[in-house]
Amino acid sequence: MAVKTLTIDGKAISAREEQTILQAARENGITIPTLCQLNGTSDIGACRLCLVEVAGIPKLLPACVTRVGEGMEVSTDSERIREYRKMIVELLFAERNHVCAACVENGHCELQDLAISVGMDHSRYDYMNPKCAVDITHPRYGIDHNRCVLCGRCVRVCDEIEGAHTWDFQGRGANTRTISDMFVPWGQAASCTSCGKCVQACPTGAIFRRGSTVAEMKKDRTRLDFIVTAREKKQWIA
Amino acid sequence: MDRVRLATIWLGGCSGCHMSFLDLDEFLIDLADIVDVVYGPVVDPKEYPDNVDICLIEGAVCSDEHIHHVKNIRAKTKIVVAFGDCAVTGNVPAMRNPLGKIGPILQEIYCDRPETQGQMPGEKGLMPVLIDTVVPVHQVIKVDAFLPGCPPPAARIKEFVQLALSGAEPKLQGSGLKPG
Amino acid sequence: MDLNDLIEIAEKENAGAKPIRLRCCTAAGCLSQQGDAVKNALQQAVADAGMSDRVEVIGVGCMGLCSAGPLVKVDPDGALFEQVQPEQCASIIASLNGGGPASASVGSDDIPFFSKQHPIVLENSGRINPERIESYIATGGYQALYHSLRDMAPADVVEEISKSGLRGRGGAGFPTGLKWATVAKMTAERKYIVCNADEGDPGAFMDRSVLESDPHRVLEGMAIAAYAVGATQGFVYVRGEYPLAIARLKTAIQQARRMGLLGTQIFESPFDFRVDLRIGAGAFVCGEETALLRSIEGQRGTPRPRPPFPAQSGLWGYPTLINNVETFANIAPIVTRGSEWFSGIGTEKSKGTKVFALAGKVTNTGLIEVPMGTPLRTIVEEMGGGVPDGKVKAVQTGGPSGGCIPAAHLDTPVDYESLAKLGSIMGSGGMIVMDQSDNMVGVAKFFMEFCMDESCGKCVPCRAGTAQIHKILSKITDGLATSADLDTLRSLCEMVKSTSLCGLGQSAPNPVLSTLRYYPDEYQACIDGGATAEASA
Repeated sequence: MAVKTLTIDGKAISAREEQTILQAARENGITIPTLCQLNGTSDIGACRLCLVEVAGIPKLLPACVTRVGEGMEVSTDSERIREYRKMIVELLFAERNHVCAACVENGHCELQDLAISVGMDHSRYDYMNPKCAVDITHPRYGIDHNRCVLCGRCVRVCDEIEGAHTWDFQGRGANTRTISDMFVPWGQAASCTSCGKCVQACPTGAIFRRGSTVAEMKKDRTRLDFIVTAREKKQWIA
Repeated sequence: MDRVRLATIWLGGCSGCHMSFLDLDEFLIDLADIVDVVYGPVVDPKEYPDNVDICLIEGAVCSDEHIHHVKNIRAKTKIVVAFGDCAVTGNVPAMRNPLGKIGPILQEIYCDRPETQGQMPGEKGLMPVLIDTVVPVHQVIKVDAFLPGCPPPAARIKEFVQLALSGAEPKLQGSGLKPG
Repeated sequence: MDLNDLIEIAEKENAGAKPIRLRCCTAAGCLSQQGDAVKNALQQAVADAGMSDRVEVIGVGCMGLCSAGPLVKVDPDGALFEQVQPEQCASIIASLNGGGPASASVGSDDIPFFSKQHPIVLENSGRINPERIESYIATGGYQALYHSLRDMAPADVVEEISKSGLRGRGGAGFPTGLKWATVAKMTAERKYIVCNADEGDPGAFMDRSVLESDPHRVLEGMAIAAYAVGATQGFVYVRGEYPLAIARLKTAIQQARRMGLLGTQIFESPFDFRVDLRIGAGAFVCGEETALLRSIEGQRGTPRPRPPFPAQSGLWGYPTLINNVETFANIAPIVTRGSEWFSGIGTEKSKGTKVFALAGKVTNTGLIEVPMGTPLRTIVEEMGGGVPDGKVKAVQTGGPSGGCIPAAHLDTPVDYESLAKLGSIMGSGGMIVMDQSDNMVGVAKFFMEFCMDESCGKCVPCRAGTAQIHKILSKITDGLATSADLDTLRSLCEMVKSTSLCGLGQSAPNPVLSTLRYYPDEYQACIDGGATAEASA
């Protein structure tokens, strides 16, 4: 096992060579915002919120999929990055119909937390007002596409942890939709085991437990960590 | 010191933000010492006056009347504030936007439903004409400050008003920015 | 099969040629204008005139001058007939027999459009029958593969390609030799070769034409690459919108397999190489290499972050060499004629030639191949014949990823670096000429709409950012925008460019940024005057 030394925001740290910048930063108490990243599932670098600057490289690099390197000088909080992150969060709010006041996840939502952490007081962009469906055909859960940010966490948790691969994407661009099986209503998706991992994985109120009302839905990510730890370390500990 | 001329207005919203403002309780008494409320649902004037220092706009822009109001407010006000989620994002009133243009929506609600035998509302000059897309205030006029929340909690309103009255830039930070 | 067999086939093919040959274009451009009916009518006319013993009609690939199609060229006297109609065919055949001038209009191949070209990739295009492997072998085809397998070590082939200075013709211009060397160095139980034929830029049809006109050239290039890097399986990923290219590739693969030029123990060496086709289903983003690889694997075609690059971890995790059609078409000539010959063509940093698809407001639309470094003016005004009844306003290169180059910069030599300096890119070779009547805001909006529709939806900046940029551009063309919208537009473009996951998003703002740079007045005019502008590109 080789160890690399690097600096993140001026702080000298060491990390195992297979670690990503994001993992190294977290171990050292440095916060890099993320949305599509979910512990225990593969990293896809899609939300672009964890972009960081690395000295000597003109491009911004996604911290979740970039391995640490010897002597790397990483900057996670430059003015440019802060502005880009804010723009990304504003774009997300303008893209679908996020009505926090009427959302089950209000107060516990990762998208809301992101808005607060990037200092967004309003979205500068026009609201797109897309027409999105709500699917409550499943007896226990529902999915409201108005609140979906297409992070793919449900897709990966279902495929990689539960092993069912009920979820995937359909369409492209702004018309991309999260679908169950071959685009059948969730309640008819034969592959779904109703395990509820997607509910816990979803960062917003898009996937929810039925019967929850405004601000009642609180996701418990430790349940996923528990399973991943059990699988990777063969230990039943949280 | 000149007394601060404060106005409030209630556009497309539920008045919850105004209720939350009233929740300022005894701080309202402190405010009364330095602030004149020159326009709003809680006072009498029918016309928006000139030379307003701060205007809190509650609600989204939903009709031609709202557009007229906000433009008038912008012309006569130093600091225009989007007050609450409807003004900041469109929020609940904007939930009709994905349904399409307003004409067919009104037609269905007022005429086509079996339980109604109504007629389209739209007496010329009497009823404001609803616009097709509900928008937040900053998409119609320049907004100087944003006060999110549905409604913004009284403590947040207090913090904001104190900032504004102190002459500092009324920009909220941290959890003060939480929508919903 | 060995070299003597190849030579024998070539000799037989050449000996069998009749004294007079009519080459009739049967690539997609001419076929769309009854090219096949012309070919049939010519054959009928030859039979009717009883001249079958000394005249033959050959279906060939693209001759380049698509705007004048269907084209018929007569060998050996060199007459070129343009816009041939089936009813004119009898008179063409009669003219060969001394029956007076043909009724079809006669063109000349002594015009700059042809004379300024330097065909390497297209040297067989429009000359050979793309549906007969013998026709390709008769031009010396597959001898480069033989030469590589029998006389060169894999490392020598890589070295030769590196020395030639060839750079990827798909758009980015990455040195081909370096890519090959990387894949060759990987130790893996298997490696793959992939030919990217998912040509999707609006106005670009270079790769289609090469595949329709000379498919064996591409297969030979892939086989040489496979030998050089140690791969045994290849895929050609063709977009489904190219049915003729697919059909001809299928035929070509079958023929090559039958002759032992693909398959096992090629030329009785230990080298095995199999090629399969994969058909794209219409997503532009599948031209991006990592999305393309996922699509071949049968998954949703979305890009993934690089590194790891496909050279390290590609198809099913194995090292994969992925090059564009035109890149592979350059390989056999480099092996045959040597890297020095190739690097003698072009500029210091951009070697060889480049095929361009000339389209838009230009007299001669079609395909041309010119040495790198040829000035834009030569291509557009001399070869393209300029704008009919007008002046060139701008040239758009690189498709939706490229930018608009204003007429003032027409003397720029076309190479990777010069175009990048002007805010555009070489791209895959699409070149759209615009005249004074084209509104540049409309052009930018057209390309942005394309990118918005083609964004895969995976990363936020590209998915939501392109939609917002398009919305602002619509506001501008509708006369509803303010100067503040222009600032938002600029900042969004910079952000989408800097933060998107793959090349599609990173380059999507280029048409907007380049028009903002060169034509700020047109944006301002829309804002001041509320003028309406529509795309006419």
